[in-house]
Parts: sequence; structure tokens; C-alpha cells
Amino acid sequence: MSGKDKPKPKKEKVPRQHMREQDPMERNKNFEQVNLGYTAELAVREANRCIQCKKPACVPGCPVEIDIPGFIKLITEEKFVEAARKIKETNCLPAVCGRVCPQEDQCEGPCVLGKKGEPVAIGHLERFAADYEREQGAVAVPELPPKTGYRVAVVGCGPGGMTVAGDLVMMGHEVTIFEALHKPGGVLVYGIPEFRLPKAVLYAEVDYLQKLGVKVETNAIIGKMFTIDELLGQEGFDAVFIAVGAGAPMFMNIPGENLNGVFSANEYLTRSNLMKAYQFPEYDTPMIRARNAVVIGGGNTAMDTVRTAKRLGAEHATIVYRRSRHELPAREEEIMHAEEEGIEFKFLTAPLRILSDENGWVRAMECIQMELGEPDESGRRRPVPIKGSEFEMEVDLVVVAIGTNANPLIMQTTPDLEINKWGYIVGDPETGATSKKGVFAGGDIVTGGATVILAMGSGKKSARAIHEYLQTVKK
Amino acid sequence: MFEIVDKRELAKGIAWFEIKAPRIAVKRQAGQFVIVRLQEKGERIPLTIVDSDAKKGTIVLAVQEIGKTTAEFQHFGIGDSILDVVGPLGRPTPIKNYGTAVIIGGGVGTAEAYPIAKAMKEGGNDIISIIGARTKDLVIMEKEMKAVSSKVKISTDDGSYGLHGFVTDALQQLLDEGLHINVVVAIGPVPMMKAVCNVTKPHSIKTLVSLNSIMIDATGMCGACRVTVDGKTKFACVDGPEFDGHKVDFDELTKRVSAYMEMEKKSYELYKQSLK
Repeated sequence: MSGKDKPKPKKEKVPRQHMREQDPMERNKNFEQVNLGYTAELAVREANRCIQCKKPACVPGCPVEIDIPGFIKLITEEKFVEAARKIKETNCLPAVCGRVCPQEDQCEGPCVLGKKGEPVAIGHLERFAADYEREQGAVAVPELPPKTGYRVAVVGCGPGGMTVAGDLVMMGHEVTIFEALHKPGGVLVYGIPEFRLPKAVLYAEVDYLQKLGVKVETNAIIGKMFTIDELLGQEGFDAVFIAVGAGAPMFMNIPGENLNGVFSANEYLTRSNLMKAYQFPEYDTPMIRARNAVVIGGGNTAMDTVRTAKRLGAEHATIVYRRSRHELPAREEEIMHAEEEGIEFKFLTAPLRILSDENGWVRAMECIQMELGEPDESGRRRPVPIKGSEFEMEVDLVVVAIGTNANPLIMQTTPDLEINKWGYIVGDPETGATSKKGVFAGGDIVTGGATVILAMGSGKKSARAIHEYLQTVKK
Repeated sequence: MFEIVDKRELAKGIAWFEIKAPRIAVKRQAGQFVIVRLQEKGERIPLTIVDSDAKKGTIVLAVQEIGKTTAEFQHFGIGDSILDVVGPLGRPTPIKNYGTAVIIGGGVGTAEAYPIAKAMKEGGNDIISIIGARTKDLVIMEKEMKAVSSKVKISTDDGSYGLHGFVTDALQQLLDEGLHINVVVAIGPVPMMKAVCNVTKPHSIKTLVSLNSIMIDATGMCGACRVTVDGKTKFACVDGPEFDGHKVDFDELTKRVSAYMEMEKKSYELYKQSLK
């Protein structure tokens, strides 16, 4: 047979490699990581699934512009440290993103392989490369350009603030991040539990930023300690980036919401994550351990909360959501993990009031059944109450996880900063430029509650805009 | 880290600390507070700023031992450092010339009432102070209060010093004497503030109370400190800590501040055992 006639060797189809996970019935009793990461062998096998598209569809899906085929190729060559460094050319928080990004909506969504089968596990690979570099002690600082002499203040050390800081410092600017809490990380430290993002992993990435030269000042509340004008004036900063998040919790305004045993998700998670109240009394901050915990809401925060309640010993940890499973805004992986861990779901259910025992503690919650009606402005079918379907649930912990509002601390002391009718800062969607000269803003305080990666994306765009702006500032 | 530069005992179990915190010292106004976390495993607790010295870059806090953290705080001495101090937090006291201001402090609340008395005095008011304590040995800040007041009344629960009774009895005396009061500020335990409001309400005397709600971040992020004022939910950390006392739901507040009583007791006991 001539070579021409030889049948093409059929490439064996390798399925998407699953990341090892802790057993659900074990992990719902501890705060160790759920996902255990790829081995090098699994990572290489998964990386080889990538067909290295000439015009990759994944890259435009990544708000922080990672050279996805580039780093995956390096993994196939077993150049794991180089792969991590490739990612860090544009993203200084790869171990975080590899864990918490909704990849199905970002890079993996448009992956060509996803059209007929499953997309490349880009997030898992990103996590693998970042973890490998860190665990090998191979984290190194790249060569930085000469100092420009410009100073930028970043308000809030969450994902948006850290991204802008990393990018600006790599352009040669001097950056100081002011953080209100006593630890850096913002929502990554107070909001996301240890079992999804270990603090040690987060702090290693903060440490990397500091090695790049970013200064982080904790216990620094802008709006109180310094105003924005003082940062630009007496403190000598040339530009300010505001990335304070959407920090104010929303409540439902139903009777009984101020009873003992009712929390905002922010409070419940902050106690557990930032203050480590799940380790009370070793740590001083206390936390209620419930038998029947309910969490109202269906987003990632609701999932983090309900899974925390389960880990703290709740017999029943239940999500109460007014629409159906199909409309849950949480990442699919989080929903699946929650289901595996024995989290219960009451769909098409809305709370009406919370009922008290004789001591002012939560005893029960009265709810009503809903049905889905016509689509609303969000495109999702609107839940409509079913008359006469009221019922009572026995509960001893209620956590409200229905979203957040803008925190007005900065705006109260910065009158010339334009805000919209919901109290968010008006920022140019491409640059983050605000109504105030030299002041940029991004992340949830501009868009309202969104995701870590979208905040990072806005930080990335703003870093460029701030860099351009600084060129116009006379020294 | 925030260094303690001076310390003295105001009374048994109540310590006065002067702490290096220059950025807070410059900004701080009467009625504002800080959040303190003593050490890595510590909780965040709110403490009213008693005084400050912008030149020295220091603030003053008064701490009464009531649980684990406040007990641990008593063991901090001059030269020791506190891990975290954040502030200044909360809205300042609305200082203006009201006329005659009666400033009431109960227990360690007297130390917290002092900066308000001082600022009200500087705002042109005639200050009459009432200091309440369980017993003579626990009467604090008498000298400081006298320095900013035209009259200081003292009440003790056991009658060992001053009037035998509560701060409300002292307040009632002032009213019975026909004193025209324009504003009352009361800081102390919840039952005391509630009782003061019950006295002033029939006379329609504007009464400010400073609420000692449970807080974590104290920047409006968590909502632990929510309190019902005039039927609406407010956050003591950013909307307060001072509110119109006639509109505060004290019964709800009483329940909310005792939410962790059992756990707090346990933590305190464990700490005391650890000292043995």
C-alpha cells in the first residue's frame, strides 16, 4: 500500500479529565477543599485535548486576556512553571481564578470542543499551573520596567483592586491599596469559604502582588480615614481607582428579619471566613450552629452560605428560592456540589415572614408557593405567588442571600462623584473613568453585584486607562 | 500594629489606654468609635473613642472587663501593641448650641460620654453631667467631667456615693428643680438608656443614645448591628451609633446584644481557666 492509501490513524478521543474531589459525605463535615486539583499526568492529558485553534474562541471570553492556548501548550510540554508565568503576564491571580471563575460563561463557553463534546477544562488547568508554581516554590518576580514616578491609590483590596494594582505596578507605577478590613482579599477573604478558596492560596497571590511592589495598607477606611480628595491632595496620589465592591447587604423587608438567628449572607460568611468563627472557641468570634438552616437566594453566595451551614452541623440545610432550578444564578458546579453534599432545595418558594419564639429567636418561617409566569425584564419567567399556598417551615437559622447594594461611605464624602439612582458610581464601561478627574472606578461598585472575574476584567481595562491618564499628568 | 503609650486604671476592671493611632487621632470627632482586634485569633469589637491628641497622634479608649476580649485587653500594658485598630467609624455627634445639655454616663459609658460633654461644651452649651455607677469605687472620670460641666451629679446603686439610686433619679431631680433641658445624651447599658428615654419622653426633651450593638466590619457591610429606629431598620455602625432615643426599639436591641451570651460566657470561662 502506498502512503496515500493508508487509512488515517484515528486519534483516540480523550474525554475531559475530571478533577479529583473530596467525597461529598466527608467534605460536608469539614472545611477542606472540595476540589483536589489535577495531578501532572491528568493536567497533561487534559491539555492535550486542546486543539490549539488558530483563532481561539476562548481568549475573547476571558476578561483578563490570558493567552489560553499558549499556557495550555506549555502544559502539554510539561513546562508547568512556564505555563504559570504565561498566565501571570496578564493575570496576577491565577490560583484564585482557577477556583472561582464561572468558566462555563467565560473561556470554556465558546471552546470549539464544547460544540460536540465537552470544552477543555481551562479553569482546572489554570489552577493546576498556578498551584504547581506555588507548591514548587518557583514563584518569581518578572523584570519590571523603570519607575515612572506616578503614584496610584487603589481603594479596596478585592479582585478588582488587586488586578488594577498588579497591572499598574507592571507598567512602572507606584501603587498603594487601601483595605478597610484587617486582611487583604475583599470578597475573596470574607465571602468565599475555605473549602472553595483556601486563605493560604489567596494570601500567596497577595504576597506575589507585594513582591511586585504593590503596597497594601489594611485597616484603612477611605471615606473616613482619608477622603478621595485627600488621597489626591495631601497624600500625593496622581490617580485613584475605587473598587470597594457592593458592600451593603439587602434584606427582604419582611416581618421578623431582625430576630436573633437571622443574618445577611455577608455577616454569616464574614464570621465564618474572615473571623474563622467555625473554629470557635479557638477563635474568639462566635457563630450560631443550627439544626434547620435556610438560606434565601440562589446565587453563588447562597450556595457558599448553605454549604457552610451544613458543615457547621445543620441536619437540614436548605436553599429557598422563588424560581426553579433552571433559573438558579449560581455556577452549575456549585449547585452540583451542593446537591451532592445533601443540601436541600425548596424551589418556587418565597418567604413571607419570620416567626419568633418567646426569647426573640427564630422559630419558623412562613412561605408561599410560587409558579412561573411571563418573562420579566431579566428574561427569566417571573415568579407569581399561588393564592392560599402559605405554609410554615420549622427553622432556627435564616440567612438572607438575595444580593447587595452600594455602600455609600465613599460617596458621602465625595460630593462631586456622580452616582446613579441605585447609589452606584457612574463609571465609563470601557475605562472606569468617573465624573471626577483622576478618579476611576470598577467592579461591583459600578456594575452592582457581579462576579470576581468581571471585577478583574474592569480592573484590567481601567489599568490601561489610568496608565494613559497618567501620561497627561505633569509631574 | 498600634502601640499602647500609656495606661491607667480608672476603677477595678476598667482600664484607660492611650494608643498610638495618628491617622485616627487627626480625623476623629466626638461620638465616633474604632474597631479593635487584639490578636490574630481575636474578635472585632467596637469601642468609643474617649479622647484624642492629634499632635501626639494618640487616641484614648476605656475598656471594662465584661467578657473574654475585654478581659484579655486588661492584660495589655504600656509598650504592648494591638494588632488592629480601625477608624474613626460612625457618624459624629451632631454638635451645636442647644442650650442646656445633660450628659449621662452609666458605668464605663461615662468615659464614652466624656468626649460628647467636652464637644458640647465647646459648642457653647451649658453642660450638666450625671455619672452613674453600681458603687463608689466604680465611679469614673469624675474629674474630667467636672472640668467640662457646670454641675456634675453622681448616683450609685448602693448609695455609697452621691445620690442613692439610678441616673434617672438624678435626672428626675433636675427636672423637679425646674431645670430647662434642651438636649440629653445618654450612654451606658441598654436598660439605662431605655430608662432615661422613658423619663425624657413625656417632657419631649430631645434625647440621643449611643448604641453598643454587636458589630463585625462596622463599615455597613454585614448588618450585624441592625436596630429598629422609628420602625425602620438602621445599621448602628454607619447610620449611628447615636440615634433619637425616643424612636429606638430597645426591646429588640436588648435581645440582639445578648444573642451570643452563652458562647461569650464559654469563651470567657475558657480564657479565665487558661490564666490559671
